[in-house]
Amino acid sequence: MTRNVAMHSNVIEASNLDLTFQTNDGPVHALKDVNLEINKGDFVSFIGPSGCGKTTFLRCIAGLETPTGGQISVNGMTPEEARMARAYGYVFQAAGLYPWRTIGRNIKLPLEIMGFSKAEQNERVGRVLDLVDLAGFEKKFPWQLSGGMQQRASIARALAFDADILLMDEPFGALDEIVRDHLNEQLLQLWARTEKTIGFVTHSIPEAVYLSTKIVVMSPRPGRITDVIDSPLPKERPLDIRDSAEFIAVAHRVRDGLRAGHVDE
Amino acid sequence: MKSLLPVLTVVGAILLFWIVSVVPMNMHLTADLAQRQDIAVSPDTPAARQEYSGIGLALRNTHLFGMTYALDRPRLPSPHQVGLEMWDTIALKKITSRRSLVYHGWVTLSATLLGFAIGTGLGILLAVGIVYNKAMDMSVMPWAIASQTIPILALAPMIIVMLGAIGIQGLLPKAVISAYLSFFPVVVGMVKGLRSPDGMQLDLLRTYHASPAQAFWKLRLPASVPYLFASLKIGISASLVGAIVAELPTGARAGFGARMLVGDQYGQPIVTWAALFAAAITAAALVGLFSVIECWTLRRMGMRAA
Repeated sequence: MTRNVAMHSNVIEASNLDLTFQTNDGPVHALKDVNLEINKGDFVSFIGPSGCGKTTFLRCIAGLETPTGGQISVNGMTPEEARMARAYGYVFQAAGLYPWRTIGRNIKLPLEIMGFSKAEQNERVGRVLDLVDLAGFEKKFPWQLSGGMQQRASIARALAFDADILLMDEPFGALDEIVRDHLNEQLLQLWARTEKTIGFVTHSIPEAVYLSTKIVVMSPRPGRITDVIDSPLPKERPLDIRDSAEFIAVAHRVRDGLRAGHVDE
Repeated sequence: MKSLLPVLTVVGAILLFWIVSVVPMNMHLTADLAQRQDIAVSPDTPAARQEYSGIGLALRNTHLFGMTYALDRPRLPSPHQVGLEMWDTIALKKITSRRSLVYHGWVTLSATLLGFAIGTGLGILLAVGIVYNKAMDMSVMPWAIASQTIPILALAPMIIVMLGAIGIQGLLPKAVISAYLSFFPVVVGMVKGLRSPDGMQLDLLRTYHASPAQAFWKLRLPASVPYLFASLKIGISASLVGAIVAELPTGARAGFGARMLVGDQYGQPIVTWAALFAAAITAAALVGLFSVIECWTLRRMGMRAA
């Protein structure tokens, strides 16, 4: 019964969410009156200029920041409870692999912490390394891998414990465009295979449009949502879909949303 | 081995400076000795010679140069005298003999190692306390810094006398002074090392709902290893200095410090110099040993030595 309810309800639900940081220069409204529903299996991008609160919102979902007002639930729980239930994997801007651990042992880190058995750990490491196309790199140390490969390893680490939700904070921001395109393509395949719900922060319009089923446009001071676009693009997306009229129309709407946010200032 | 030539050049320059310095430093002693042996010296009274500097006197008595290198009790021993004394007391004496530098070295080294172990253990514990406890952070660090501003030479006799008063003698008081000098670099290095993981790495562990103990063993401790080795290398040499200083004021009968003191008090500078060099070589060997362990450990951990 409860499972059925969970299946039908939204995975992430925020209503009237506020977050104000108290700083020496007075209060900063990082998030103001944010309302959003994310369904199971959605690929949601958060896009906006610096200071629009996109990363802060992702951190609220992850229970790494505590909102000062409003409601937010993750899998029907508070974000704090969801974090303790290990409901999501989080990928940061930098790969943040431990330099003293091999790639394989880096991926085992969450598994060790969560108390998986040795055999289970090895089986999962092999599986997620396949998933991110890094099979054979298990024994390498992070410094022996390129930046793109390190980021893939960090995605594998977030996938290893099979959380339903994957939260990604500008994971490809520091990579060059060719590597980024490649990883975007792989990420879509991975999403299709694993049917996870993904929250993805970016400030690249093409990246947001290419990846998402739902694009959340945000603007700063105070951080808020200015537009939510449900993408009309099909689930199958070859890279050249970016030249299609539909793609360009969505990108246009995103750009308009970003511009509107700026006029408000 | 590209650096071999520059290193040898520096060593050579220091040796040359030393060898050249022997002549003026010992000239007055040599002139007095030569006069007693009826060798012509200019000027010919000790009082008159006092008017001259070592260099001035040397220039007037170039025929005495050779003798300056062969005094029994020189003001500045020549390198070969120190070398011979070391060869004699390290290689030729039985290591159980009181004249063996190996024997004295072991006495000092055992106190050094015990003190270093105590100091390192204490340093790591204090660092963990400072990182995890706000009150310790604010209270311990100022005292640790203050402790290092007190001249150890003033403190060492007090520690030894007080420990003696409660019946603790021998190795332990010296080790305590070694520990006193070596805990500080370990505290400073370990605090920095344990705090070296950035916000992102700590957040990552929060997303796993990792316990504080897991964060310590899996992140903070391994992240602090490179810092620890930098501290250990400073700490081990400080420990050796501490053990030697602890031997100086207490009339210790064995150890490098005792040898240096004996050389000074009985007018045998060669003995002092030999002990000094043996101590320096011991310190270099200890630091070198830790460098090797550091290199090996960091390579095994997949990191390269900083």
